[in-house]
Amino acid sequence: MTNELDIFVGNTTLIDEDVYRLWLDGYSVNDAVGLRVRSGILEQTGATAGVLQSDTMDHYRTFHMLERLLHTPPKLLHQLVFQIPPSRQALLIERYYAFDEAFVREVLGKKLSKGTKKDLDDISTKTGVTLKSCRRQFDNFKRVFKVVEEMRGSLAGNIQQHFLLSDRLARDYAAVVFFANNRFETGKKKLQYLTFGDLAFCAELMIQNWTPGAVDSQVDDMDVDLDKEFLQDLKELKVLVADKDLLDLHKSLVCTALRGKLSVFPEMEANFKNLSRGLVNIASKLTHTKDVRDLFVDLVEKFIEPCRSDRWPLNDVRLFLNQYSASVHSLDGFRHQALWDRYMVTLRSCLLRMYHD
Amino acid sequence: MPGKLKVKIVAGRHLPVMDRASDLTDAFVEVKFGNTTFKTDVYNKSLNPQWNSEWFKFEVDDEDLQDEPLQITVLDHDTYSANDAIGKVYIDIDPLLYSEAATVISGWFPIYDTIHGIRGEINVVVKVDLFNDLNRFRQSSCGVKFFCTTSIPKCYQAVIIHGFVEELVVNEDPEYQWIDRIRTPRASNEARQRLISLMSGELQRKIGLKVLEMRGNAVVGYLQCFDLEGESGLVVRAIGTACTLDKLSSTAAFLPACNSPSKEMKESPLVHPPSHGCRSTHNSPIHTATGSRLTQNFSVSVPTLIYTGMGSGSAGKEGGPFKALLRQQTQSALEQREFPFFTLTAFPPGFLVHVGGVVSARSVKLLDRIHNPDEPETRDAWWAEIRQEIKSHAKALGCHAVVGYSESTSICEEVCILSASGTAAVLNPRFLQDGTVEGCLEPRLSWQPGFFSIGSEKGEVDFFPQSQDSSSLLGQEENLPAGCGFCHIPYDELNMPFPAHLTYCYSCRKQKVPDVLFTTIDLPTDATVIGKGCLIQARLCRLKKKAQAEANATAISNLLPFMEYEVHTQLMNKLKLKGMNALFGLRIQITVGENMLMGLASATGVYLTALPMPGGIQIAGKTPNDGSYEQHISHMQKKINDTIAKNKELYEINPPEIPEEIIGSPIPEPRQRSRLLRSQSESSDEVIELDLSHGKKDAFVLEIDDTDAMEDVHSLLTDVPPPSGFYSCNTEIMPGINNWTSEIQMFTSVRVSRLSNINLTNQTLNKNFNDLCENLLKSLYFKLRSMIPCCLCHVNFTVSLPEDELIQVTVTAVAITFDKHQAVQTTKTHVEKSLQRASTDNEELLQFPLELCTDSLASHPFSPAKEHLESASSNSGIPAAQRATSIDYSSFADRCNSWIELIKLKAQTIRRGSIKTTVSVEKASPLTEGHFRQRSAPACANSTVGVVKMTPLSFIPGAKITKYLGIINMFFIRETTSLREEGGVSGFLHAFIAEVFAMVRAHVAALGGNAVVSYIMKQCVFMENPNKNQAQCLINVSGDAVIFVRESELEIISAQQPVASCQPACSGGEIAT
Repeated sequence: MTNELDIFVGNTTLIDEDVYRLWLDGYSVNDAVGLRVRSGILEQTGATAGVLQSDTMDHYRTFHMLERLLHTPPKLLHQLVFQIPPSRQALLIERYYAFDEAFVREVLGKKLSKGTKKDLDDISTKTGVTLKSCRRQFDNFKRVFKVVEEMRGSLAGNIQQHFLLSDRLARDYAAVVFFANNRFETGKKKLQYLTFGDLAFCAELMIQNWTPGAVDSQVDDMDVDLDKEFLQDLKELKVLVADKDLLDLHKSLVCTALRGKLSVFPEMEANFKNLSRGLVNIASKLTHTKDVRDLFVDLVEKFIEPCRSDRWPLNDVRLFLNQYSASVHSLDGFRHQALWDRYMVTLRSCLLRMYHD
Repeated sequence: MPGKLKVKIVAGRHLPVMDRASDLTDAFVEVKFGNTTFKTDVYNKSLNPQWNSEWFKFEVDDEDLQDEPLQITVLDHDTYSANDAIGKVYIDIDPLLYSEAATVISGWFPIYDTIHGIRGEINVVVKVDLFNDLNRFRQSSCGVKFFCTTSIPKCYQAVIIHGFVEELVVNEDPEYQWIDRIRTPRASNEARQRLISLMSGELQRKIGLKVLEMRGNAVVGYLQCFDLEGESGLVVRAIGTACTLDKLSSTAAFLPACNSPSKEMKESPLVHPPSHGCRSTHNSPIHTATGSRLTQNFSVSVPTLIYTGMGSGSAGKEGGPFKALLRQQTQSALEQREFPFFTLTAFPPGFLVHVGGVVSARSVKLLDRIHNPDEPETRDAWWAEIRQEIKSHAKALGCHAVVGYSESTSICEEVCILSASGTAAVLNPRFLQDGTVEGCLEPRLSWQPGFFSIGSEKGEVDFFPQSQDSSSLLGQEENLPAGCGFCHIPYDELNMPFPAHLTYCYSCRKQKVPDVLFTTIDLPTDATVIGKGCLIQARLCRLKKKAQAEANATAISNLLPFMEYEVHTQLMNKLKLKGMNALFGLRIQITVGENMLMGLASATGVYLTALPMPGGIQIAGKTPNDGSYEQHISHMQKKINDTIAKNKELYEINPPEIPEEIIGSPIPEPRQRSRLLRSQSESSDEVIELDLSHGKKDAFVLEIDDTDAMEDVHSLLTDVPPPSGFYSCNTEIMPGINNWTSEIQMFTSVRVSRLSNINLTNQTLNKNFNDLCENLLKSLYFKLRSMIPCCLCHVNFTVSLPEDELIQVTVTAVAITFDKHQAVQTTKTHVEKSLQRASTDNEELLQFPLELCTDSLASHPFSPAKEHLESASSNSGIPAAQRATSIDYSSFADRCNSWIELIKLKAQTIRRGSIKTTVSVEKASPLTEGHFRQRSAPACANSTVGVVKMTPLSFIPGAKITKYLGIINMFFIRETTSLREEGGVSGFLHAFIAEVFAMVRAHVAALGGNAVVSYIMKQCVFMENPNKNQAQCLINVSGDAVIFVRESELEIISAQQPVASCQPACSGGEIAT
């Protein structure tokens, strides 16, 4: 005797968090049943494997039906078919939009296109995340991207409003969208040590300070693109390294201030011009899309790697960067103080966050 | 006389994309009522159109208002081709037709399409202006209230319970009309939905007319069913109990005089009735109805079955004359009615005097095309025949009324089994004649046409002296310890209708009781039980040869008696195995299929203190000389004994041992005796009559003479008890549990199993069926494990056989959590079971603080502080104060009746004072009231969709129902031609049932309600054709839309509000502690 049809429908939709996780992780019903059996649930509840199978099927069916609504979370709130308590709705949405660290590092900065989607197979093998789960995560990125891409207002705010995510998750998505839109290269080997958290942190600062939204909250695309004018203006900073007097003056100001405070003072003194040239050149090149994409590669190559090879402690890096940015204010011949700050405040925080093993 | 129906289409949302090119929709709406249609403008290119239409006004007869549904169709405008239908909404406007229900229907309705399911939502506002109709000969019955609830609805009191009303209407099934061959499935489905909607309306109107004729104003326990007879047509039939109900708040002030007789009744001393009444002379309970041919139909009537628990016993003298008197009085009143039936399953305390046992009748009919739909005589005659049979069974049991009455059918091809069952009972003549209204639940039954020719009110006043008379006569019964009276046998011991084993009542020691009692009603509120109850099911399959027409009908009717017998045996054995002695809520369903019959009986077993302790089960072997066999038998016996002991522990059945010598009452027969001997002596002449009075014989001794019997014993032992923390019952309340917490989860579960058709035998079939049911229950326990400790209440199994090898089992039930640590001791007092059902007096007391509170609630916006307090109170485990009050009050009631009267009097006077406040509540539109509640419910504080609770029970734990908004009766068809794409049969049905729930909730919310009580899925007909990738399903659901308020919210408010008039009553209750 076989059950052709086997369903359970509650007036309040039953959500089993454990099964939901298994479903999100992309396990098939049979795999999920296997995993549940191993979790010892049968012993705890005295149920049989058949009961577990039927229960898992039921939940999977429910999730499958809910998935359509989860694509546009406000619909989940307004729909009438599934009566779900608000806290559960929030949980469903939050978990559905949650993503794996391993997966996001693979996709971050890539174009969210069909081409990338084809690579999901490889990503799945590489990261150990099931293909199904990879697809869901990729589609989530793409969906969020498409919705907020051309929207006015704060990026994270828009995401939160349209996808009803928690503050934290909305900011993470903002980073994903920002990276995808600017196509920052993050996949290079030397960048592998950076976590999603590091990059999201940088993205958030860049969104805050380097986008058109930083100066005007009423423009289109205010948070997704970098501020073109600002990038253009950054060329003006070149004088800091091009003008030899200015460079020398800057160096002496920094060295005077830091003498005796850094454990790596000699190395700093020796490297100052190189480091400064690196940082200023990165700024002045940002008008080229190619160089924007390589921003993180450049930061690592031009600043982090040299410091790391000289074994600068993090605190010394901090002291140096603080002094390095502050000293510019004492350079009488330099007129772009505001521009410098807009650039350096963000960059300094990013570098400090990125400076680890 | 006309009424004016006004409809406004506000907006739509989440519409489907109808234009692939633009990914948008140009939607407009057609509003149709009767033959009039209005259209909104086309709202171009939007999935969330804002029509904001004018008010469409329909001027119609109120007859049409009752019959016709409002039909709203959403379409996509297409310039070049025909407009595409997106979907429809049918709105039953009946709730707007009586003043106390909803005044406006307003809200988001799912737009439903029979092929695609729900496709977006539409916001509609509906109002009705009804002009008063003074025409006596009118065809409409606007204003008659309908309730699915099978007890007197919570915020009403029954002034008079008039009795049984029934009606049926027939029509051709559109699915079988010739036109169906050329129209689309969608058109066919819609025609069907519309027709059934129309027929339900007509049926309800006709029943309403009958109620008006009886001078009633409401139908309680309204049960409407569809018989899809295929080629021969579509029958919509309904039964119910006509009542005159008064809204509690509006009739708060009673005549003071009304209280005196009732008081007297309670206090009147024991008076032995002097009269020697006549005795019922129906001493043969077995009516073997003969097969009879109706004008054009083949019909086989099945022998009658009367269930009671019985053994044999000699007569006592005391009960006779009294009973006879009772009978006489009741009889005269009841026999005026054609059918003294009541669809109610719960009654006010004292209403039910005696319960005789279950009476049931079945009849096998051959369906024939209904030639003239306007004169559905055949179907009427069929039912009349069955009802007559039920009536005579009741008489045979010495009863004049049948309570907990219900009817059902099972159809397979052209064969139809009609079934009716109920509980034979003797009702209290005081209630039949008395004019007093004490307490909200206490109905006065008046059937005396002589006295009530003009109107009920006057007749009742006239009747006072007599009622006092009768009350003093009946005083004897009143003073018996409460909670055992209904168990006392109504029939005469000298002329016992069947061999029965009687003993003196274990509570009062004065009257005779049977050893086992089966009923179809809920456990009476005043019954005393020991321990907890449990769900008991008997499951049975019988193979049947495929046959045609008359041969088939004969085969079925030959099988039926054996099935009934076996079902009964199983129930009896399982009951013994549980160590219990009574069944409540018994429902036996016999389903007919092509090649088999299925029987499923569900009931809730309890241990009634009034009945004797059940004996164990003994196994006897046929070949006593075989050593190994003996050993096997004794092993089995040990297992059975262990199970009984375990069950007793599980269900906390520990009746006090009463040594019989101490009691000293003349027990006519020693209870210890050799059972084996007895059984042999008894079994001599019982074979000819089909008699299910097992007595001690079958219930106690299982003879293992072949493998069949072996199977039976095994199957007894295979039923596993629910996991710890779980209880289940099929009645409204779980005997022995009364500390419910507020979490409820209603659910429907459906399983369809395919039998492997090789070597089908009765045994394998039985085992399969048994496994199917057991596994289903196990699944439910597993799914709901997070709610532990909890109880599955009102577990309702339905079996159908959609195809040859398919068995479909549908279960609807509600899981309710309860507080384990706070169990209220039940064994000490008599009336405590009434907690949830709220006994008469409590209800009355509670009613008015409640109303004051709703008022104060309205003026005090929901504050976080309140929520805090509320959670605090629930955390600390203090029971709802009102509940506590009722507990103490009830126990107190036993000891000191006069005090109660005093308090009641106080309550009434106070209530009179509070009328003003309540009136203001009445005026508040239900919409705002409902919305307010939704807002105030913490669970949906930040949700945009209000929570609507659904429950098959008539109450919501921890909450007060403040208003009934009208009946919900909906019929849906869903069809698919892309079954695989929709996730197969499971995906298809899962989605459909979820959609049905959603549509019910939406309608309730639009009426301003926040719950459906007495919800029932009456039909779930599922058909599939996987080869064609098709499936179709029909679902019919009903229930009562209500507004409820959490008790905790009420309390806090009333505590915060120093309402002067509230205090005396509350303190009155508390003094009782």
